[in-house]
Amino acid sequence: MKKLINLTINGLSYEVAVEPRQTLAELLRYDLGLTGTKIGCGIGDCGACTVLLDGVPVFSCLTLAMEADGCDVLTIEGVADNGKLHPIQQAFVDIGAIQCGFCTPGMVLNTLALLRKNPHPTEAEIRRALSGNLCRCTGYQKIVEAVQEAAITMTK
Amino acid sequence: MKKELKIIGKPTPKLDARIKVSGEAVYGNDITLPNMLHGAILRTKYPVAKIESIDVSKAAQLPGVVCIITADDVDTNNISYLNDHPVLKKGEVNCIRDEIAAVAAETREIAQKALTLIDVKYKVKEGIFDPFEALKEDAPIINKFAPANNDKNIAHPFHYEHGNLQEQKDRSACIVKKRYNLPRVTHCCMGTCAVTADYSKMENRLTLYSQTQMPFLYQRDMAYTLKMEPSRIRIIQPIIGGGFGSKLDMYPYEPICALLAMKAGQPVQIAYDREEEFLASPTRQTMVIDISSGADKNGKFTFREVKIIMDNGAYTSWGATTPFVMMQTFSSLYQLPACLFEAYAVYTNNPYAGSFRGYGNPQATFAVERSIDLLAEELGMDKAEIRLLNANFKGEITGQRLEFISCGHRDALEMVIDKSGFDGKHCSTGVSQATQQNMKNSRSDTLVACGMSLKYESSSDKSVASTIFQRNSERYKRGIGLASMVHVGGGAKIYPSDGCGTTVKLDNFGYLTIITGSSEIGQGSETVLGMIASEELGIDMKNIRVINTDTDVKPWDVGVHASRTSFVAGNSLLGAVKKLKNKLSSKAVQLLETDIEDLEYENGLIKSRKTGESIKTDKVVREIHFREPNELCEESYYYEPDSKFQDKGFKGNVSGTYAFAAQAIEVEVDTYTGNVRVLDVHVAQDVGKVLNPLGLEGQIEGGVVTGMGYALTEELIIEKGMVLNPSFHDYKLPTAGDVPDIHFYPIETNDPKGPYGAKGVGEAPLIPTAPAIANAVSDAIGIKIDDLPITPEKVLKALKERIV
Ligand code: FES
Ligand code: FES
Repeated sequence: MKKLINLTINGLSYEVAVEPRQTLAELLRYDLGLTGTKIGCGIGDCGACTVLLDGVPVFSCLTLAMEADGCDVLTIEGVADNGKLHPIQQAFVDIGAIQCGFCTPGMVLNTLALLRKNPHPTEAEIRRALSGNLCRCTGYQKIVEAVQEAAITMTK
Repeated sequence: MKKELKIIGKPTPKLDARIKVSGEAVYGNDITLPNMLHGAILRTKYPVAKIESIDVSKAAQLPGVVCIITADDVDTNNISYLNDHPVLKKGEVNCIRDEIAAVAAETREIAQKALTLIDVKYKVKEGIFDPFEALKEDAPIINKFAPANNDKNIAHPFHYEHGNLQEQKDRSACIVKKRYNLPRVTHCCMGTCAVTADYSKMENRLTLYSQTQMPFLYQRDMAYTLKMEPSRIRIIQPIIGGGFGSKLDMYPYEPICALLAMKAGQPVQIAYDREEEFLASPTRQTMVIDISSGADKNGKFTFREVKIIMDNGAYTSWGATTPFVMMQTFSSLYQLPACLFEAYAVYTNNPYAGSFRGYGNPQATFAVERSIDLLAEELGMDKAEIRLLNANFKGEITGQRLEFISCGHRDALEMVIDKSGFDGKHCSTGVSQATQQNMKNSRSDTLVACGMSLKYESSSDKSVASTIFQRNSERYKRGIGLASMVHVGGGAKIYPSDGCGTTVKLDNFGYLTIITGSSEIGQGSETVLGMIASEELGIDMKNIRVINTDTDVKPWDVGVHASRTSFVAGNSLLGAVKKLKNKLSSKAVQLLETDIEDLEYENGLIKSRKTGESIKTDKVVREIHFREPNELCEESYYYEPDSKFQDKGFKGNVSGTYAFAAQAIEVEVDTYTGNVRVLDVHVAQDVGKVLNPLGLEGQIEGGVVTGMGYALTEELIIEKGMVLNPSFHDYKLPTAGDVPDIHFYPIETNDPKGPYGAKGVGEAPLIPTAPAIANAVSDAIGIKIDDLPITPEKVLKALKERIV
């Protein structure tokens, strides 16, 4: 049977009926049309589905929608502010960290969590933090550079 | 181009970056259409079996199931260029991907559930999973649709030769013979396959939202398969979550989706999950390459004699034609007087191979570059020197009649040799351990001397620098390897036309629309097109839009392949822009009362250098558009590269130009665990001219890392036709933590035919990576690397064998 849950997504409150076995990724993508959250594997191997749950990065493909009851969810759609890109997003654009872009939402959200916790990460720390997010296009170098660039802008 | 360039050559963010970074971009499986159903495919349980019966009655009764199809319900032609691949399989299955039935249902879950209710009775048969077995006389015929005039189980044979092989063998001072085994790897596009089909009965029109990278060939193939008129089919290309060659062919799931939509009378989407992606998408060809190659006493190469057996799998895709590209490498990478090349794509009951970035060239280059190291060792020659001695040169017409009108082969080699400090670093394998140690220690000085210490200092991980010395211990061994490559860089003439059409439209608000036949698959080509137009017309990038996703709108193009898009679509756009500019200029000359040579296009203005006066470009458009005789500011152009079909012997200048690259890669081998760590990568590539440094660097870095995966970790493991590792858990892609900094040095040879001198880029960077790594590992621990991937197990085994 479905169950009603309450949650905030990108600052808006929602009351939704979810199946017990439905994942947060499915809720976001299929029920709410927030398709910016990507599913690259569905089993916790690729990081494409990363969202922030009360500020903590989680694989939304492994998180049950019910676990988000009462939580604050941030997806990629909520990162920019009314058409103005967040400094992390701007850095990804300017540095060329995006090719096909499929890994990008997960990378951006994971970076956001990293920089909130550690505003001046070393290159090794960045690489470690992003090693659960797979990218087949970029070879990661530009992504790492973008994170470094964002760290500078955000602490200015 | 004498005048100073304003945009070309400057780092420019991708046009689609903002929508991708904000989650707005719509990928194939993000699409929903009104009333859309979800399709799912029932694949065989066994790789080889007779199908005795299929019973769909239970599945059909499941609430929410709208329709089910099997081979009996459809009337289709086979797919593939050899026509050997039925869309839905009837009576028998021949590989684990085989599609037996398909369901369309209201939800994904119902569709999946319905699959479990379809009852198929199989009679399991023995399969043939080794191409050498398939070639035996008593082997059964694997694909009954195979071309009749080929020898049994050969899907496609290739034969090429130039020069006098015997004569060259006779004058060789040294000949090395080797067998190399190249593994099965797969694209791992982060976005899995998805297609959505929408059929209108009223209009008899089929619209496909498809990820293809060849929309016009796809439209034709789809029409042939479904027995429809091509003009009734419209292809719309949503944003693609990675291509890398995987979207060159049409696969059965695509016509199946169309068939479901036509039968259901509702739109249908089929989207793979990751497991299905691993099971059902094509792979790079596995190959067994037998190569013997020779050099004379001075180290000049004399000949290469090559025989390749590739595992085609049960059906044929474009990937079977990879020998076409491989023979270019065997015949023409480095100067070579004689070459004999044979390759056979052999049917087996394995999952079929497809095309993958590099198109056979990673395999071919591996064989050539590994053999060169062996030749150098035999001759006691320096590995850099032997390559420089034989390097390709500008003006060279090779044995295969490829014409190198510009050539950065030597420059690329010299660059990476210099930048990596190669000369001080590598050691020949005959040298004793103690001498090796000395050489390595002295090399640390070179490291500082050539400025390499910089990298370590700037690297946050300071410990790397301080441990350089200790790491050259008994346990950790370092080595460096070199490899280079040649690849088509100006398209490849494999289809009646290798061209691309472009229409440009400048509207009366000064807004430019580029409608190009070419496709964007993440590689950044549409941004390059925007830059070219912006450069020529002085229109800001934000006022330029590229339309490239709809076959009903865009002009013909052969598709994204052969690293051709910037070159071919770029030249096509330049042709259209030139016509547009002529029109604007002749009007501007009247308005500004100046001469045509004095006009300059800049910042949305057309200026006269002579009088200093200027006029807004959109005003000129309005003058053309609304005054007598009124005319639109719209022009079209079709560009066909100046390349030729090869003759029956595969000779001829197949591409407008050729790209060259070299890489020097340093590794460290942990002799206790067998683990290989890549420490440093130096890449030099002849790109003709840098158009967009951001896009270019991204292509290089991404390519190298894909090459690293090929060299060290990736392999799709197939046993008796079954895929054993269909997840990222067991199929190991490189992660951010595995890759070192990549140092890239573009070589600009200003190709006379390329747009602004540019040539193709996309495939080259992954081609020399695996052989450079293999050469480096071999240099580090003195074992011969003949197989990929170089896993810890293989390294340990080889080390053990050496000691015994
Ligand atoms: S989709 Fe969630 S980790 Fe891959
Ligand atoms: S940009 Fe394509 S997967 Fe990262």
